[in-house]
Amino acid sequence: MASMLMNPIRSCSVSSSWAVRFGARSLSTTAQLQSQVQTKSKKTLARPGVKNIVLVEGVRTPFLLSGTTYADLMPHDLARAALQGLLKRTGIPKDAVDYIIYGTVVQEVKTSNVAREAALGAGFSDKIPAHTVTMACISANQAMTSGVGLIAAGQCDAVVAGGVEFMSDVPIRHSRKMRKTMLSLNKAKTLGQRLSLIGSIRLAHLSPELPAVAEFSTAETMGHSADRLAAAFGVSRVEQDEFAVRSHTLAKKAQDEGLLQDVISFKVPGRDIVSKDNGIRPSSMEQMGKLKPAFVKPHGTVTAANSSFMTDGASAVLVMSEEKALAMGYKPKAYLRDFVYVSQDPKDQLLLGPTYATPKVLERAGLSMSDIDVFEFHEAFAGQIMANLKAMDSDWFAQTYMGRKSKVKMAVGHLFAFSQKLDPCSSP
Amino acid sequence: MLGETCPRGKSRASPFYSGALKILIFLLLGHARRVFSVSSHLAARKHISFEYKDDVAVIRFNDPSSKVNKQSLQLHELADVLGDIWLYRSSKSVVLISGKPGCFLAGADSNMLQSCATSEEVTSLCEEAQKLFRRIEQSRVPIVAAIHGSCLSRGLELATACHYRIATKSKETVLGTPEVMLGLLPGAGGTQRLPKMVGVLGAFDMLLSGKNITADEAKKMGLVDQLVDPLGPGLKSPEERTMEYLEEVAVGVAYELANKKIPLTREKKLWDAVTGLGPVRKIIYSTVTKRVQKQTKNLYPAPFQIIECVKTGIEHGSDAGYLAEAQSFGKLVRTSESKALIGLHHGRLLCKKNRFGPPEKEVKKLAILGAGLMGAGIAQVSVDKGLTSILKDTTEDAISKGYEKVYKSFDTKVKKTAMTSFERDAFMSNLSIQTDYSGFESADMVIEAVFEDLNIKHQVLKEVEAVTPPHCIFATNTSALPVRDIAAASKRPEKVIGIHYFSPVDKMQLVEIVTTDKTSKDTLGAAVSMALKQGKIVVTVKDGPGFYTTRCMGCLLMESLRLLQEGVTATKSDFLATSFGFNVGPFTVIDEVGVDIGLHISEMLCKAFGSRYEGGSLEIFKTMLEKGLKGCKSGKGFFLYGKTKSVNPEVEEILKNHQVTAPSAISSEYDMQYRLLSRCINESLMCLQEGIIQSPLEGDIGAVFGYGFPPMHGGPFRFVDTFGAERLVSLMKRFEDVYGNQFTPCQLLLDHTKDPSKKFYQSSPSPLQY
Repeated sequence: MASMLMNPIRSCSVSSSWAVRFGARSLSTTAQLQSQVQTKSKKTLARPGVKNIVLVEGVRTPFLLSGTTYADLMPHDLARAALQGLLKRTGIPKDAVDYIIYGTVVQEVKTSNVAREAALGAGFSDKIPAHTVTMACISANQAMTSGVGLIAAGQCDAVVAGGVEFMSDVPIRHSRKMRKTMLSLNKAKTLGQRLSLIGSIRLAHLSPELPAVAEFSTAETMGHSADRLAAAFGVSRVEQDEFAVRSHTLAKKAQDEGLLQDVISFKVPGRDIVSKDNGIRPSSMEQMGKLKPAFVKPHGTVTAANSSFMTDGASAVLVMSEEKALAMGYKPKAYLRDFVYVSQDPKDQLLLGPTYATPKVLERAGLSMSDIDVFEFHEAFAGQIMANLKAMDSDWFAQTYMGRKSKVKMAVGHLFAFSQKLDPCSSP
Repeated sequence: MLGETCPRGKSRASPFYSGALKILIFLLLGHARRVFSVSSHLAARKHISFEYKDDVAVIRFNDPSSKVNKQSLQLHELADVLGDIWLYRSSKSVVLISGKPGCFLAGADSNMLQSCATSEEVTSLCEEAQKLFRRIEQSRVPIVAAIHGSCLSRGLELATACHYRIATKSKETVLGTPEVMLGLLPGAGGTQRLPKMVGVLGAFDMLLSGKNITADEAKKMGLVDQLVDPLGPGLKSPEERTMEYLEEVAVGVAYELANKKIPLTREKKLWDAVTGLGPVRKIIYSTVTKRVQKQTKNLYPAPFQIIECVKTGIEHGSDAGYLAEAQSFGKLVRTSESKALIGLHHGRLLCKKNRFGPPEKEVKKLAILGAGLMGAGIAQVSVDKGLTSILKDTTEDAISKGYEKVYKSFDTKVKKTAMTSFERDAFMSNLSIQTDYSGFESADMVIEAVFEDLNIKHQVLKEVEAVTPPHCIFATNTSALPVRDIAAASKRPEKVIGIHYFSPVDKMQLVEIVTTDKTSKDTLGAAVSMALKQGKIVVTVKDGPGFYTTRCMGCLLMESLRLLQEGVTATKSDFLATSFGFNVGPFTVIDEVGVDIGLHISEMLCKAFGSRYEGGSLEIFKTMLEKGLKGCKSGKGFFLYGKTKSVNPEVEEILKNHQVTAPSAISSEYDMQYRLLSRCINESLMCLQEGIIQSPLEGDIGAVFGYGFPPMHGGPFRFVDTFGAERLVSLMKRFEDVYGNQFTPCQLLLDHTKDPSKKFYQSSPSPLQY
């Protein structure tokens, strides 16, 4: 499963990556693109009978490598920090929000509705309902578009949506046998019954069950799938390493120039104030080349360095109907016009979402490639995004697998803004 | 030449490659290579192409005339190409790969073997291949085998001769030495190289079972060194790109082997070291020999030759081993056992094709009536092939049990990791269990597996026809009731057909498809195509009592019942059959089928064919039923099924009332064996004579896969060819003198007696016509 959210006019989704935002801001003003702006075919994407929905503001906590400064927190702590940051930046009254939605992948069982726990802690009115959604790598997007749906349906006027992922701690369970014994123990009435249950525990009962990092349906991990995908499209190790170096270099530049304005500072209890992402590590091609493949051994091409890292982080955005936003005196950052979700074969096309979704969302909005200045694609592996670019540039693939007459015509000039994903919903 | 940054599996003509001088040398060398390859045997090479990827020569086999790569001609060409490489040192390493996705290199070409006049000729062919493979093994230029698809027999022998093996993890990739199943042994070093590679025990397991080994297992055993994942769609089709990828990885490995970045020596496993000790080896030889004796009852020569060759190689050195292997192979090819097994192999392939052409409408939705052992078995082999299936019975309990049986069969595979739980769930979603006829309005075929009673069958047929669309085929899974009698109640007799599944459905490969005079050709085509989809071997037969297999088997049962009356115990009768090569004896069969069903069918057949079909007294069955001895399903029949199987004393008691005196002239063990055998062979021939079956080939396939006729005899028809019609008739005449018409040879058999040159397997222009 994969999907993309596109904001065809001017994109500023906060759940998305900093590197991309950097691309959008710093590069979309080049002369070449100015000229493209003039070729836009449509003046407005507003559709008759459909409410204008806007993104007012968005913030995120710094994204940290799992097991670092956030290590002792819980997921709802991170989400709470993002919510508080949003409250602070927008100054919206705590009861002016109609609904709160969060997306997450690996759920902490104690806070299975993490949206509600975070909202209560952040001081939002306890009258505001909240729910949590999940959809692998695009859970936060699903939260946002669910909010869009609520506003479009006239249910709400102001929705807070966000995403949170916390890989520093994941639920590790007792084995099924052990759980069964423990549950029976609860029901056991006599001492004899209890003793016999305890006596039935064997060494094998004690081996823990780790959360699967693999797709349930195929038992394949994402990294493994990405490596096969890169191989299928002939993406070389060098290409991937170059792309990753580029991503990190650009990210570093954006960080240094203070362009990552969506990042809020977060005072972690018992630790220092965190105000910077700590996973940005530009390195040389030589260093990149030294790494051994992480998934497909020994001949694979996906390494720890050309993949995104295991991340802890959270984000929050304020989505409103245009009417309401203007009435409250906000200056919206973007219109949210359209979105599309796609699904394919979970085995061989798991990570090909962008290829399928891109032409679809453009067609829905009545746009063509030349109308777009900047694309954002959030993916976890350099090899994956490059495979998608190659797929979009292939007539054969379009005809054989997508039922299209020709390829998506992805002009090379457009490619600058692609980046590896580093968003809060990045999955294991 | 290059730094560490060189990506593995990639051609090294990259930007890293710098220096004009180097390029010049490269070009010159490249030119020189081309000259070499042209000067040698380019014109003669049809099956092999090769190119250089820098220092790595990539050799591809591709047999343009066949779906699989056969070894015969390719080996000559391979020898030429490798000869050039060795002579001119034109590459530092070599990759062997197939140009055909789905097949690395498969089996020995049995046609070629059979065209050899003498065993010496065959032996020398083996020696040639052995020589080439030994040269490959000793090559100073490392050779990598890149395997995708079947890598069997000679293919595996070639791969094991190479220095490094890379295989795709595809389901299509299987490795193995199936020669033993054709009554042969791997004749190009297989018996010599495998023990060194996977240990003595592992080698015996492979060589004696002939089983297919998946890539994952092969990696675990040390048969392959590296695995490559199959790829999904990319810029080319999955198949094509997977082959390219495999080649890229193999070229990368070949390059590193040549540069000694990957060592050529492999670690020896402790277990292999232990089993390699002299005294341990001796124990292994004797244990394996004993087990083979028990399993084959000394009826198959090949397994013993295999053990002997392995032993010779280990105990007396490679040269002796290779010689023994080549000579044994030469001898085995000439044995009747091998000819029979090869004949069955070809027959089986022919019976896996639909010669009636594709039907107008493929069967996509199936409805099965009766959720018992049969119905559930049919559902099981259907849903995992993507056929939507309804399983209907009259009670909740029955359908629940049926569902459970199907689920369990898949779940067992999940536990053995032969299937994922996701696949299991997806297959189960094709199955709907119900007690009513909903959904039948869109069924393409209904298979009924209800009780064998004409009235019930008629009632079911009428109910079904009332709810199914006009194109829907009604297939009856009866083992003996004539299909025309069932069809008599039908509004659409052209859509009625018999499909006789064997129990257990998931294990038995055969189905008999039975047509009446009214069955349309399209109905037949659709039924065959569906059965093939279920993975079955199909024999098509004309309608008649007992069709083909039941009728022949019934004959054998009648005769063994008579032996019982003559004082031969059930155990002894079973032994007479199994020692001849039958899988199970007649009384074990009756117990498994059920005494009630056995009686039902026997009565019907005796009624249909009259006195010539009779044998022992069916009263024995009746008395048994009165006492509740139904066979396995009631826990006791001819045998008791406790912890061990033993003769049931109750039956002995019953037999006291049915004793007859055994005629001493024909009661030797040999005679008794041939009394059993000649009757069912005679019946088989009669079926061909009457047009019940269309060809000896189908008759043999039906007999071997349907009722367990000894495979090493290849089936009743091949048996007559080998044994001699005259010899068989003279035996039967002796039996006829005592028992009368039950042993009268049929006309077809007599025809073969008159003309000894007449053979079932030579007289037919096409194997499926007679």
